[in-house]
Amino acid sequence: MTTAKTKRQMTVRMMKRHWQMYLLLLLPLLYLLIFKYYPMLGTQIAFKKFRASQGIWGSEWIGFANFAKFFKSYQFSRVMVNTIAVSFYQLIAGFPFPIIFALLLNTLSGKWFKKTVQTVTYLPYFISVVVLVGMMFQIFNPTRGIYGTLYTMATGTTAPDLFGKSEMFRHMYVWSGVWQNMGFNSVIYIAALSSVSNDLHEAAMIDGIGRFKRMLYIDLPAIIPTMTVLLILNAGRIMSIGFEKVYLMQNDLNLRTSEIISTYVYKVGLAAGGGDFAYATAIGLFNSAVNLILIVTVNKICNRLGETSLW
Amino acid sequence: MVNAQSRPVSGGAVNNKIKMTREDKVFRGIVLVILSAMFLIILVPLIHIVASSFSSPNAVAAGKVLLWPVEPSLEGYTAVFTNDMIGIGYMNSIIYTVAGTCINIAMTVITAYALACPGLPGRGIVMMLFTFTMLFDAGMIPNYMLLKDLNLLNTRWAMLLPGAIGAYNMIITRTFIANSIPQEMREAADIDGCSDIQYLIHVVLPLSKAVIAVITLYYAVAHWNSYFNAFLYLTKKDLFPLQIVLRDILIANTLDPGAILDPELMAAKQGMANLLKYALVVVASLPVMCIYPFIQKHFVQGVMIGSVKG
Repeated sequence: MTTAKTKRQMTVRMMKRHWQMYLLLLLPLLYLLIFKYYPMLGTQIAFKKFRASQGIWGSEWIGFANFAKFFKSYQFSRVMVNTIAVSFYQLIAGFPFPIIFALLLNTLSGKWFKKTVQTVTYLPYFISVVVLVGMMFQIFNPTRGIYGTLYTMATGTTAPDLFGKSEMFRHMYVWSGVWQNMGFNSVIYIAALSSVSNDLHEAAMIDGIGRFKRMLYIDLPAIIPTMTVLLILNAGRIMSIGFEKVYLMQNDLNLRTSEIISTYVYKVGLAAGGGDFAYATAIGLFNSAVNLILIVTVNKICNRLGETSLW
Repeated sequence: MVNAQSRPVSGGAVNNKIKMTREDKVFRGIVLVILSAMFLIILVPLIHIVASSFSSPNAVAAGKVLLWPVEPSLEGYTAVFTNDMIGIGYMNSIIYTVAGTCINIAMTVITAYALACPGLPGRGIVMMLFTFTMLFDAGMIPNYMLLKDLNLLNTRWAMLLPGAIGAYNMIITRTFIANSIPQEMREAADIDGCSDIQYLIHVVLPLSKAVIAVITLYYAVAHWNSYFNAFLYLTKKDLFPLQIVLRDILIANTLDPGAILDPELMAAKQGMANLLKYALVVVASLPVMCIYPFIQKHFVQGVMIGSVKG
């Protein structure tokens, strides 16, 4: 009883002493409630028959009808498959390159070469998605771009339009991503490698072990924890592929593979002026819920492995 | 990378002390070849774009440009700088980037500072509220409806307010403040009767310059490169940021001539529109590329602070 009381007194004293902290937190809290948590309440229209005249709160509850409509629609399997396929492909293709790059770079001693390579490989990371996709349109243009020119030179025929082929969409999306992010994603591995103890290398060298073997048996094991954590975390984000780049690369010809959940939500809800808000919200909410479950699960796995976790 | 440079004797450098074996030399050769290949694959498209932007419309249309400007001209750039929409977009992007980043920094630092205060009652709850926003997103439509209800659609505020605090950046900042400013400092300041806000201004801010630099860069680049919010929330052309203008020109192709009948004139216009795209890519990426060499090491620092669990 007395300990509980003194504890409460302590808390009150702390709060009085730090009243300015609460003053500082006022604005951020307001921001959180208005811009982050209020929209979460807005997701209730996923369970309602939304009528603009009745507003979010006044509309009639219809349970899971909107979700059922999505699960039954012919688009469901298509957008699910596309979302997971492009994400999974990205995860697998994007994963090894930063690691190989970091490992190889780490074996070099020349400062000048190392720095130049690093500077250039980080560069594409800072290009905006719009510019990246714009560059791809220019370069892969079948008649005007360098791809078209070289193709015609080599084969004598006009190059196929890669953006118009639905089977090419995933490759274009993923490999442009590898091109853009490889350098920057290697930063974390390069940092991890720089903390490898030099004693290990020296001891191995005395035993006459070459640089290649030292890379395999000293450097690689040192970054395996980082690799595991990043791989698992990325696996948790498999359904949260971004809207921006996919939407920019999309056209009527490649829609069969390029329609993913987020672009579909946009089309159902907002494109062509005021669509079906409730249905679009339901699809988005389903996506967010799956993401939440995945990331929480994945974090549990990370914790089990005894490595770092997200929170 | 920071560490690798401050410690010249890394796993690789040791090689210099002892004579390299033949095996090592072969390996080194292979490494150089692979890295050079990666380097070129990344560099060549960039050079091609820049070279094209400085060529003549005809040379570009005929596919003559590879890695060096052909029939050098500045016509592409002239077209970019005389285009009204690009000018408006550039100005708007500067406004959004500067104003948005200022709001971001102020909000992020005060939140991080308060949440770094040890034993502050309720800080765990606030922290949880922030973390949860990283895990769960209400989605496109509810966010859109919020902005609509607040009458923020088609205002500059729609570009500045919705992302005022990035949870990840806030956590980086909080980790930095909590770990790098010694608690003794706080105690000494308390004895001198320093209030929480005075402590923030006179002690925490000057000592947090490194992390503030990092998050400023994260926020500023994100503002400059973002198009999603503008795409959803803005329809008035005079509010468009550069990225939306770029999208219209580079991807939706709105510059292509529609109703011109004279075939020669039309070909010339098409060539020009094509050249303009190359020049535009260069002009749009210029601000970030110019400061890039200076910010490179800060971005790396950010990754490092971010990887330390708070």
